[in-house]
Amino acid sequence: MSDMLLSVRNLTLDIPTGSGILHAVRGIDFDLRRGETLSIVGESGSGKSLTSLAVMGLLGKSIKRSADEIRFGDTDLLKANNRVMRDLRGNRMAMIFQEPMTSLNPAYTIGDQLMEALLLHRNVSRDKARARAVELLEKVGITAAASRLSQYPHQLSGGLRQRVMIAMALMCEPDLLIADEPTTALDVTIQAQILRLLVDLTREMNMAMILITHDLGVVARVADKVAVMYAGELVETGPASEVFATPSHPYTRGLLRCIPQPGKTARGARLGTIAGIVPSLVGEVTGCAFRTRCPHAQPSCREAIPMRGTAGHAFRCVFADGALSEEKGVVA
Amino acid sequence: MFAFILKRLGLALLVAFTVSFISFSLLFLSGDPAAALAGETASGEDVEALRRLYGFDRPMMVQYGDWLFSALRGDFGESYYFKLPVASLIAERLQVTMTLGVCGILFALATAVPLGVAAAIRPNSLIDRVALFLSVAGQAMPSFWFGLILIVVFAIQLGWLPPSGASSWRHFIMPTIVLGYYAMPAIMRLTRAGMLDVLNSDYIRTARAKGSGEMRVLFKHALRNAIIPVVSLAAVQMGFMLGGSIVVESVFALHGAGYLAWESIARNDLPTVQALILVFSMFYIVFTFLADVLNAWLDPRMRSA
Amino acid sequence: MTDIADPLSAEIQGPSPRQMLKSRALSHKGLIFGLSVVLLLVVVALFAPLLAPHDPYAQSLMNRMVPPVFMGGTWEHPLGTDHLGRDYLSRLLYGARVSLMIGAIAALISGVIGTAMGVAAGYFGGKVDAVVTFLINVRLAMPVVLVALAVVAILGGSLTVVICVLGLLLWDRFAVVMRASTLQISRRDYVAAAQVIGASTPRILLTEIMPNVFNNLIVIVTLEMAHAILLEAALSFLGLGVQPPTPSWGLMVSEGKNMMLFEPWLVLIPGAVLFVLVLAINLMGDGLRDVTAPEGRS
Repeated sequence: MSDMLLSVRNLTLDIPTGSGILHAVRGIDFDLRRGETLSIVGESGSGKSLTSLAVMGLLGKSIKRSADEIRFGDTDLLKANNRVMRDLRGNRMAMIFQEPMTSLNPAYTIGDQLMEALLLHRNVSRDKARARAVELLEKVGITAAASRLSQYPHQLSGGLRQRVMIAMALMCEPDLLIADEPTTALDVTIQAQILRLLVDLTREMNMAMILITHDLGVVARVADKVAVMYAGELVETGPASEVFATPSHPYTRGLLRCIPQPGKTARGARLGTIAGIVPSLVGEVTGCAFRTRCPHAQPSCREAIPMRGTAGHAFRCVFADGALSEEKGVVA
Repeated sequence: MFAFILKRLGLALLVAFTVSFISFSLLFLSGDPAAALAGETASGEDVEALRRLYGFDRPMMVQYGDWLFSALRGDFGESYYFKLPVASLIAERLQVTMTLGVCGILFALATAVPLGVAAAIRPNSLIDRVALFLSVAGQAMPSFWFGLILIVVFAIQLGWLPPSGASSWRHFIMPTIVLGYYAMPAIMRLTRAGMLDVLNSDYIRTARAKGSGEMRVLFKHALRNAIIPVVSLAAVQMGFMLGGSIVVESVFALHGAGYLAWESIARNDLPTVQALILVFSMFYIVFTFLADVLNAWLDPRMRSA
Repeated sequence: MTDIADPLSAEIQGPSPRQMLKSRALSHKGLIFGLSVVLLLVVVALFAPLLAPHDPYAQSLMNRMVPPVFMGGTWEHPLGTDHLGRDYLSRLLYGARVSLMIGAIAALISGVIGTAMGVAAGYFGGKVDAVVTFLINVRLAMPVVLVALAVVAILGGSLTVVICVLGLLLWDRFAVVMRASTLQISRRDYVAAAQVIGASTPRILLTEIMPNVFNNLIVIVTLEMAHAILLEAALSFLGLGVQPPTPSWGLMVSEGKNMMLFEPWLVLIPGAVLFVLVLAINLMGDGLRDVTAPEGRS
């Protein structure tokens, strides 16, 4: 009845390492409605991929997951056993990965791999599954779809393989598609095509999507909502338009300065960079993790900082305006 | 793929040709084969007579050509000791050795592959440690000693199995274990390493993301890829095992081709030794050739190439 | 910026590569065990004349097959005597010399041959590589035990002959591994850089290639040493290796075999020592590989 598809509350992921526990993801909250696209943005190592794998239940055995709530439709994923998760994966929720070159099994044909999800989850004949595979290959823009079924992954280019991966994820018409940096490994021209394809397909199939990326340019074109992650924490969430118009966390502003914006960035002007490196998350981590790189860091940044702002557009900073006034002051 | 097979076949033939020359020239290692054959007590005239009888007075290359063409027709000359055609002598003994070799490689595969897979699924678990221990011990185990221990325990102390001979399937149990255990460590290690590698690969994550069950992930998606190099190794090991069966056959008094080789070497029966070296080499060459073809067929990247 | 005491901004300082290698080596149980046993046996072999209670060749027909201490014998012959009344412990100690000497020299000979072939194939490629690869194929197709037995039988079994035959037969793994490592190294930029600045080929081989394939070489040396020791024992067991009365462990097993029914320890003791030595060398080799290339553990 409700159109809420996915609710995540206080998701925490700990990885035991030789030198202590690595607090990879700490207290993440987000919601996703049917048909909505949420983009999770952050640098490599910020925990964005782990977050999505945690939702899919595909974390490695060594990673400990805890949360107050992970609800997918009517299913409480925290209580779901392997069998329930298997029934959801590839069926109601599907995922595509960053590396199209290595994400397909080299030993089986494209057709076998496409049909597998449908045959696993639906009681259909091989002929039906084959027809569906051809239909989806055409939908993702692959020509001569029927003849591709008997080809092996090594016979396809990276762009084609990623299209196959998308078609594979869509075989059972999932409610949620998680795309983990789906275009990073591809040529720039192919990147735009794949992204366009994803947007069109989510609209057409009224599918929710979590798009994981480190590329804010991609987010601006695709997402309804944005969640910015830094070092395992959400630093800012909100509707894409608002976050881009009024970025409230110093890290988000830093990220936005790193990309050229048509009309705003002057020709020949230097793009921004964020000095410093991501801190180690092994051992006790308190306060704002960005304080070691933040130009406005205060002693109070070491204490726990609640999210502030509105329910729609929230951020985590000791400054009520995310130190925006200070930045303006510096500029002025 | 056809071009690959043709190229591989050419290599196999060239190797076979070279091996044949080496095993033939062993005859001349002692300097004078006629003197060696006649023994230390023979007179100069006896040696000369033998030299003419076996044609050692001809140039070496002529003798080689003669020997090779006869060998190609299946004629390896006559055994100095048995005074019988070498070819029929070997053919008669080969059955025991082949039985032993096939049983041995099957035993090795049947223990090594499941152990390697189980060890890879749970690295550092108890089963992984057991597998590692078995493989490390197996690599250090002198097979003649292992065979003797089995005889002491199972034939002498417990009396469950016959200590030697080849007259029933029960005679083959201990030799199979000894020979198979020789090949097992390498196969186990390769299976484990291959499975570990494959299980960490992106396409296994894809298979899980599709909702495949754990068994399906392991056996359909992972093992199919990890087993490809194991096939080659098994063929190589099979070739080594036939050559190594000489030790096992002598321990268990199995009168196969290995035992024949041992007897013939001790008796200076050079035509038989030459022929056996050639035959064992040919087995190795044929097995590795077949394994490469099978490999190319199993791996779609090579099949379509 | 925040003050220095902030734990998050503390610079991550790792141990140096040398320290890491050392700590990995010291925490590798297999390596420590293997190394200790090998060192112990090397010492035993070197000081065998001092350690042995008796002359290993001295026969005493009055004292044949005296059982070892733990089976009711006396301390006069701690491990008993063999069928000719020779002290078993003394023969065992001298046997360590035979095994280690054969292992070390055979591995050295095959190491020189195999490394030269492998490095040449990997570095020059082309026809050199084709020839070397072909020779490796030929060598692998020859049944080692059979060829070694035949050659030793024709030339006559002596320590020198056995060492030379094994040394000339066991170069295949050196050639295979050195070829692969050299191929990998010679594609690196620093080798190309050395070629560009006009360094001579021997100089590049010695200063750029060899130091980088050395770790792999050491590992193969240990593994082939174990291989040679096992093969010598097998040849001697078959009566076509080291000849009596030389105390070789394989020969001792062979001599004890006939009395196995009544005195199984005659077979058990030399075989067990052989097993432990080969196990220790293999653990040492595996350990060295793990420690020098931790990501390549298989």
